[in-house]
Amino acid sequence: MAGQTLAEKLVARACGRDTVAPGEIVTCAVDLAMMHDSGGPRRVKPILEKLGVDVWDPARVVVVTDHFTPASDAESASILDLTRKWVNAQGVANFYDLQGICHIVLPERGHLQPGIFVVGGDSHSPTGGAFGCYMFGVGATEMAGVLATGEIWLRVPETIRLIWNGHLGPAVSAKDAMLAMCAALGMDGGDYQAIEYSGELIADLDMSERMTLCNMAAELGAQTGLIAPDTTTTAYLRDCGVETGNTGAWHSDDAATFRDTHLFDATTLSPQVAAPHSPANSAPIEDTDPTPIDQCYIGACTGAKLVDLKMAAEILRGRQVAKGVRLLVAPASARTMTAAAADGTLATLTEAGAIVLPSGCNACGGYGTGVLAEDEVCIASTARNFKGRMGASTSKLYLGSPYTVAASAIAGHITDPRALIRPPVTEAA
Amino acid sequence: MSASTARGRAWVFGDNVDTDALAPGLYMKRPIEELATHCLETVNPSFSETVAVGDFVVGGRNFGMGSSREQAAQALKYLGVTAVIAQSFAGIFYRNALNLGLPVVVSQQAQHIIDQDQLRLDLGAGILENLTQAKTVDFEAIPPHLLTMVSDGGLVPHLEKRFKRTKGTGSQ
Repeated sequence: MAGQTLAEKLVARACGRDTVAPGEIVTCAVDLAMMHDSGGPRRVKPILEKLGVDVWDPARVVVVTDHFTPASDAESASILDLTRKWVNAQGVANFYDLQGICHIVLPERGHLQPGIFVVGGDSHSPTGGAFGCYMFGVGATEMAGVLATGEIWLRVPETIRLIWNGHLGPAVSAKDAMLAMCAALGMDGGDYQAIEYSGELIADLDMSERMTLCNMAAELGAQTGLIAPDTTTTAYLRDCGVETGNTGAWHSDDAATFRDTHLFDATTLSPQVAAPHSPANSAPIEDTDPTPIDQCYIGACTGAKLVDLKMAAEILRGRQVAKGVRLLVAPASARTMTAAAADGTLATLTEAGAIVLPSGCNACGGYGTGVLAEDEVCIASTARNFKGRMGASTSKLYLGSPYTVAASAIAGHITDPRALIRPPVTEAA
Repeated sequence: MSASTARGRAWVFGDNVDTDALAPGLYMKRPIEELATHCLETVNPSFSETVAVGDFVVGGRNFGMGSSREQAAQALKYLGVTAVIAQSFAGIFYRNALNLGLPVVVSQQAQHIIDQDQLRLDLGAGILENLTQAKTVDFEAIPPHLLTMVSDGGLVPHLEKRFKRTKGTGSQ
């Protein structure tokens, strides 16, 4: 018998079959449905009322406020108010209000584990694939359908394998690997199929960095991005209060059929910068002009986890943000904020001149604090730099790793972070 | 929507039209009536004022890439756009559009349509014509498993029928 890919195994489980084949249309039972304040209750409530039904299983629903948080005007306050009232009325106990960005809160609070099938009301939902779940994004009407029925249809995806061999050098991160893949494959290289990351580099990476890769599967146009769970996964989940049991089944078989396999080398990878207005406009920093910048932004589900903040702190320690440049940092979750405060990371950032914003999506999608004026230039650790996404339509947004954003904040222009990495401190014997 | 024939002008955009252009984040908290006035303004500032009911939006590859916000499709529908025609669609946008009852038509000949060409679409009969160029435009059929939902007018009316049946009104 032909082998199955990880994606096929996950979908087969969710639709109650032993095996599935790419191209089949199947109906899957949803283990978990996650929504935020923008695409969530304010959009699904009127649909469920029209259908005359309640949520199929409130215990399988998670709601997170992150887009309009904290309220900045009467309209955002009203959206948040509606969200709070709706979760109470529907008996949704898994409600995280002002606790950070949904894709980070979900694993942090123990809602993800290998093998489960999850829909999220946000395009960066493939982030959950880092934990060996099948997780993908849907719009609000589709989400209302899930809430009404507990099911969703799916075309079983083919799998595109992205194998990274070698190991990253200093001041190079998963974000750089991701931007290089956006340039290599294009914004539709994933063709709404599943992509699966593997290889020596993936084994090296901690869960935070793996989440960055799966998060930006969205930028490749994939339905989901997957990484087979290993001991790194189970150790992280144990810290989040999740005992996974045996996860050995959740991997692609050697005999599985892949649509494509792309090989990349981590060892020779330089820091990457995506020029406006697409992540696919990525190039090595050596080929990027030292463009002067107005704002540096470290935020979003992609680039403001604790590991991301530590990358920035490593560069910023003992240095100052350049005059005339503002560095905004929005830690990805309340727990990230607490941990960064406890270990000194936040102090390092603020002593260098960073302004700390509340945990949430903020400027990334142009919804909240930190948006750009006309013609302003920003470099950000976020996922997308489409025209006008972070503010005025004439603003220009570059993307880079937290290392590159921090280094650019000090220089006042886009610059290579490797020049600012210090030799490791050697302890006196 | 499949029963009627629609005729209108083509508004041609390129590859990778993104959801931030279709439904800008700056206006996402506003009601659809206002959000729609900003639809595509970053690429064509007068689009929402000049597009007429019945017109078509034409894209290249990967139309609707980016966010899951369905207001990207809803804004086009609100402005009266008959259908979006493109070489390919981003997966979430494609599902959103059909769920909301906005026809999305995959055609490898989309690239030959020129801005302001007059088009005529009869989805039911499977005919798309470029009247200006006096040519028929081939397109892929809506996938069979979505036909009932599309002919019901979208996911909500489709589910309304389903729940009406299961509630046992006796009519089925």
